[in-house]
Amino acid sequence: MSSKEYESYYVPAQSHWPIIGAVALFLIAIGAGKYVSVLKTGEASWGGYVLLFGIAMIIYMVWGWFSNVINESMAGKYSHQMDNSFKQGMSWFIFSEVMFFAAFFGALFYARMFSVPWLGGEANNAMTWEVLWPEFQATWPLIKTPDGTETTAMGWYGLPLINTILLLTSSVTAHFAHVSLEQNKRPQLKAWMWATVILGSVFLYLQVLEYQHAYADDMKLYLDSGIYGNTFFMLTGFHGMHVTLGTVMLITMLVRIYKGHFTPENHFAFKAASWYWHFVDVVWVFLFVFVYVL
Amino acid sequence: MTTEAIHDSHDNHDGEHHDHKMTGIKRWLLTTNHKDIGSMYLWFSFIMFLTGGAMAMVIRAELFQPGLQIVDPDFFNQMTTVHGLIMVFGAIMPAFTGLANWMIPMMVGAPDMALPRLNNWSFWILPFAFSILLASFFMEGGAPNFGWTFYAPLSTTYSNGSTAFFVFAVHIMGISSIMGAINIVVTIMNMRAPGMTYMKMPLFVWTFFITAYLLIAVMPVLAGTVTMVLTDTYFGTSFFDAAGGGDPVLFQHIFWFFGHPEVYIMILPAFGIVSTTIPAFSRKKLFGYSSMVYATASIAFLSFIVWAHHMFTTGMPLFGELFFMYCTMLIAVPTGVKVFNWVATMWRGAISFEVPMLFSIAFVILFTIGGFSGLMLALTPVDFQYHDTYFVVAHFHYVLVTGALFSIYAGAYYWLPKWTGFMFDETLAKAHFWCSLISVNLLFFPMHFLGLAGMPRRIPDYALQFADFNKWVSIGGFAFGLSQLIFLWVVIKCIKGGEKAPAKPWDGAEGLEWTVPSPAPYHTFETPPKID
Repeated sequence: MSSKEYESYYVPAQSHWPIIGAVALFLIAIGAGKYVSVLKTGEASWGGYVLLFGIAMIIYMVWGWFSNVINESMAGKYSHQMDNSFKQGMSWFIFSEVMFFAAFFGALFYARMFSVPWLGGEANNAMTWEVLWPEFQATWPLIKTPDGTETTAMGWYGLPLINTILLLTSSVTAHFAHVSLEQNKRPQLKAWMWATVILGSVFLYLQVLEYQHAYADDMKLYLDSGIYGNTFFMLTGFHGMHVTLGTVMLITMLVRIYKGHFTPENHFAFKAASWYWHFVDVVWVFLFVFVYVL
Repeated sequence: MTTEAIHDSHDNHDGEHHDHKMTGIKRWLLTTNHKDIGSMYLWFSFIMFLTGGAMAMVIRAELFQPGLQIVDPDFFNQMTTVHGLIMVFGAIMPAFTGLANWMIPMMVGAPDMALPRLNNWSFWILPFAFSILLASFFMEGGAPNFGWTFYAPLSTTYSNGSTAFFVFAVHIMGISSIMGAINIVVTIMNMRAPGMTYMKMPLFVWTFFITAYLLIAVMPVLAGTVTMVLTDTYFGTSFFDAAGGGDPVLFQHIFWFFGHPEVYIMILPAFGIVSTTIPAFSRKKLFGYSSMVYATASIAFLSFIVWAHHMFTTGMPLFGELFFMYCTMLIAVPTGVKVFNWVATMWRGAISFEVPMLFSIAFVILFTIGGFSGLMLALTPVDFQYHDTYFVVAHFHYVLVTGALFSIYAGAYYWLPKWTGFMFDETLAKAHFWCSLISVNLLFFPMHFLGLAGMPRRIPDYALQFADFNKWVSIGGFAFGLSQLIFLWVVIKCIKGGEKAPAKPWDGAEGLEWTVPSPAPYHTFETPPKID
């Protein structure tokens, strides 16, 4: 390939999308900053509006930017090497996402292996326990915090198990869709993509049900219910946001498939969406094991 | 088949190659050109350097004599915090990214960065992020005042009203860093000219390659850390609160898991720069090229398993203290390899002392001093004495100012003729070097003794016996701050004109960037060069 690799590397001369994206992120940052700052006092602020406007702007930016890229790609301006740049870029982006989740898993493991047992007097912390919170029982899930907040643990049987099956199945259907695309079997491709999108959406719906269940009076599992509720909601919450984004990606791919985009050789966007989907599935497997089961 | 890179614009879809340089502000806002973006990064970082430097001047003015005289302690805390944040995220890191943007495509024979639009986005996020950070000075409660390390509970329970803005500013500068790093990695992996194998890449490219990996790995962890600070402060979580089952020490673990690789993010590119300049002015090949590559990779790997050496006094199991002490000391081995190789490169070389070389030699000596004080701090029992004293301040300013910053100056002087097409004023530049060298040592060297004698860092007042040294430190600080204005003068003068620079102004210089004319044309290597 090396002789062909430099046939043409497309370098756009200028683009207004990045600066729109930068302004959008600025608005999101100040909007969210203001919104969160006055959350406790409850006073009215411009924060929420600016935040929403920033989000709308970034959606507009993504839409316009990706339209440009799709048009350039459809016009045949991209090369094999360009495709590699996109693929490598996407892989490293997913790696950065993995590290983001790693921070929260790190917090979970630290709480389970160190901070909670130490608060219960383990290692050389007998005095911490006796002097600070002698009533405290170190258990995991931590259903009663040292300062006495009580909650209930979310079981793994039921919704979480169904969700695991749904998401793992969706990873398989996404893979079959990819295989169908590579073999140019368009009807099968559409069917498998529909299946994946539906599985992903049902997963999200069940997550919403689970959250409602958690926040109901019989469970009292809240975001601020101590370290168990913190890690539970932060991990599943960020995962849910990523599944939402992944589902949006998949729906976009489905629309593009109906528009006749992608060829067996040339379908970077599809690959990227599918990689992203597999990534959220793998994160879920870790979540299921360490947040729900163990 | 054309063998050219296609430079295209959305307004003009003819696919032919033109010099689509726009004029005025639009050129800078919309550009996808790695040289434009590199220049913007470099200017931005210098503006931030002067901003953060002004805050350092306030700190040194307050510490000029004992007692509280100029600012109140809370404002002093804001100064130390924002000085640190700006210098790390606003000055050193963008300066390196700027150098990477300018030089890597030229060094590997690529037409541009791999993802040019993303490159523009990465840059333009930064001015917005730092305006938020600086705007927090004018908010209720003032700017962040919990130290650049924003330890919980200072940043959670006891933080002031602007913490949410701090968190989101860090979020978007993190997005910028990650995208910039992805671009560097992809450019190096995918855009090398045919024949440019990994082990033929200039060491400069290698160090940025490894640095970019570190960035992609740890910036998301920083994002996670600030997110937990945000939810602890505003949403009632207790990640860093023992009453809810968390632990403030957890903050330090997560923060330093980011923070220690971050330290190498700020020094590995410096290694790359001096590994370029020292061979050029010694007129010899770099000694031990492959050992340099492996040493860089080893340092990067070790940087992930040494984070808790920042926490020896915080408390952890004895095994942890020993593990992190030994791992930290191990870093001295690859670093020693590097220092040895730089010295061996100069050994029996035909050395000439142009300004880039002066900064490089100063780097080798002064960075090594910073490295040795680091080795002292690595010893757990000794660190119990040094922790949170001016000894630590001296240590990290030796590696960051006389290390990272001096290397950036070495690189800037080395490539200025390539960027501007003119030679810089050698006399002025030498004045910049000597003023900086003398004042920086007056500024930071006595801090070692202050720290050993027990002066704590981050406190606006001190005991009387530290007064003399602090006076000299402050004088050194003001002199160093003023000396940096000479650099600004040199650069502006060099942009405006001067002696025409040939394609290769340094006779010992090697690399593809010297095969193109000076100033480098707007587009370079649209046809990949031949590498033997």
